[in-house]
Amino acid sequence: MTDPAGGQATRVVTTAPQSSPNAGSAILTVEHLTKVFGRSGREHKAVDDLSFHLDEGESLAIVGESGSGKTTTARIVAGLETATSGRVVMDGLDVTRGPRTGRRKDVARIVQMVFQDPFGSLDPRQKIGKGLEELLTIHFGLSGSGLSDRVSELLDQVGLDDRHAAYLPRTLSGGQRQRVAIARALALEPKILILDEAVSALDVSVQAQVLNLLVDIRQNTGISYLFVSHDLGVVRQVTDNCLVLNCGKLVESGPTAQVLDAPAEAYTRALIDAVPKPGWKPRRRVV
Amino acid sequence: MMTAAGVSADARGPALLDIRDLGIRLTDRVPHRVLVQDVTLSMHPGESVGLVGESGSGKSMTVKAAMRLLPSNAEVEGSIEFDGRLVDRFSRSELAAYRSSDVGLIHQDPRAHTNPMRTVGQFLVESVVATRKMSKREATDRAISLLAEMGIGDARRRMDQYPHQLSGGLLQRVMIAATLMNEPRLIFADEPTTALDVTVQSEVMAILMEQIEERDLGMLLVTHDLDLAAAVSDTLVVMYAGTVVESGGAKDLYADPRHPYTAALLASRPSTTQVKRLVSIQGRPAAAFEVGQGCVFAARCPFATELCRTDRPEMRLVDGSHVACHRAEAIADDLKVALHD
Repeated sequence: MTDPAGGQATRVVTTAPQSSPNAGSAILTVEHLTKVFGRSGREHKAVDDLSFHLDEGESLAIVGESGSGKTTTARIVAGLETATSGRVVMDGLDVTRGPRTGRRKDVARIVQMVFQDPFGSLDPRQKIGKGLEELLTIHFGLSGSGLSDRVSELLDQVGLDDRHAAYLPRTLSGGQRQRVAIARALALEPKILILDEAVSALDVSVQAQVLNLLVDIRQNTGISYLFVSHDLGVVRQVTDNCLVLNCGKLVESGPTAQVLDAPAEAYTRALIDAVPKPGWKPRRRVV
Repeated sequence: MMTAAGVSADARGPALLDIRDLGIRLTDRVPHRVLVQDVTLSMHPGESVGLVGESGSGKSMTVKAAMRLLPSNAEVEGSIEFDGRLVDRFSRSELAAYRSSDVGLIHQDPRAHTNPMRTVGQFLVESVVATRKMSKREATDRAISLLAEMGIGDARRRMDQYPHQLSGGLLQRVMIAATLMNEPRLIFADEPTTALDVTVQSEVMAILMEQIEERDLGMLLVTHDLDLAAAVSDTLVVMYAGTVVESGGAKDLYADPRHPYTAALLASRPSTTQVKRLVSIQGRPAAAFEVGQGCVFAARCPFATELCRTDRPEMRLVDGSHVACHRAEAIADDLKVALHD
């Protein structure tokens, strides 16, 4: 075995360059990703030749307006959508074709996703604790006191307690439900957590709690975040680097602080200027 | 100009909209559910007021009450006057005239408030023709010129399109045009830009503010976004758990909030220019029927004392702002530190 890529059938050596030298190795590499929706003649390119990578422990934001392709990118990475072309390699596993049966459980252990709507993402008839137990039994074969200890631990990690295990989703507030969604994602100890507008539906005071929680979880576990959001303030608080998308194309990328403080592109500048702040005046778009 | 909401008349004459001690309760359950209590606010012609609060704070219900659009199981206390006339006493025809010609309402989701089977033109023209103020032709001309003022280039073509053919931002501009068709004196805008992208929000707000200023209309902007409200309003009214906790001039209130809830709202908003641990408010926003005898914010307030938990504070004037807080003077310095640290 002289060929270093000898194990390519399952393991792929990624060669993408590292953007931040002090971070770990790439846990996710996306190369020339393209997604086309619609039939021929009425095609719509939602993602257009997008390449990026996410390092271990890194938090990467994807920002852009509606229709910029940020959610589609996240859904492809999560395996909920298949790419038209391009390559997605995650923890050495090529998942471009989507997680096929047999590998689903492996991929689930690498990447988990938290969705925007905490009212639509939980089973309304399953108690919170039962749902967590189900996940832990299927993926780790836990039972007995090991199982209940882990459930308590997960609830504690997201700022809930054992009482909540007996609740149905409808008795929880929006913020609490989103905590449950995060606990469910963390239950599989994934390496990547995709957060798709995960705090957008929450009231400001509750949003602040969940953002602080996300900062703490990353600090304690070293998990990587792929953070999809339209809210630049939120992105500033929880990400290291960011990608700015417009109509499926990468407009600008770099450290979040640098992109938001000194954007190189007019499109990024327009996004930043549109955020209400002291002294802000709403403006008609200059065409 | 700054007007202190809560005072009904000042040097500029009588109020256009005057809400006093408004209470709303749902009567289909026992015990009755209180949604709004003791809300007092007044607006003058041409004044723009930002009504700010989180979910369940009663801001939308207050607007619904002002338009008499509450469901039949809601019971209203207090008084709402428009231009000196009690809204509750309007006869059917007076109410129809009030809703069609005196006030206009912009909803959060324009798609839910337009008929998908009718064109933009039919939607815009129908309401004015029904009031017999204009002929169909006059109304069509007016609609086209209004759409053009909204920055919609090919207005004539848009008139024949259906709502699903328009983007959210474009449809919201059609909504604004629809409220202006009847030349109202007051616009209720209930989260008009919440569903839109920030760049589109900026554009739609710019258009709305232009129209408001040009026509000297009053606007009651309902929003959860304190930054947005502060930027476009003369006066801010902050609601929590169905009641007003603070009101005052937008600039002063934004720079120097006097109620712990207002200060906490400002501190919990993530900044785009710096990274800091957000000051989150413990617990979750409460509804009016969940709070006890004391101050509505007492359960989540870091400054609450025994008095706060047992005794509901009255609205009072503190350095130019109206604040419902027992400890407003005592904690003024602490709030400043918390905000500017």
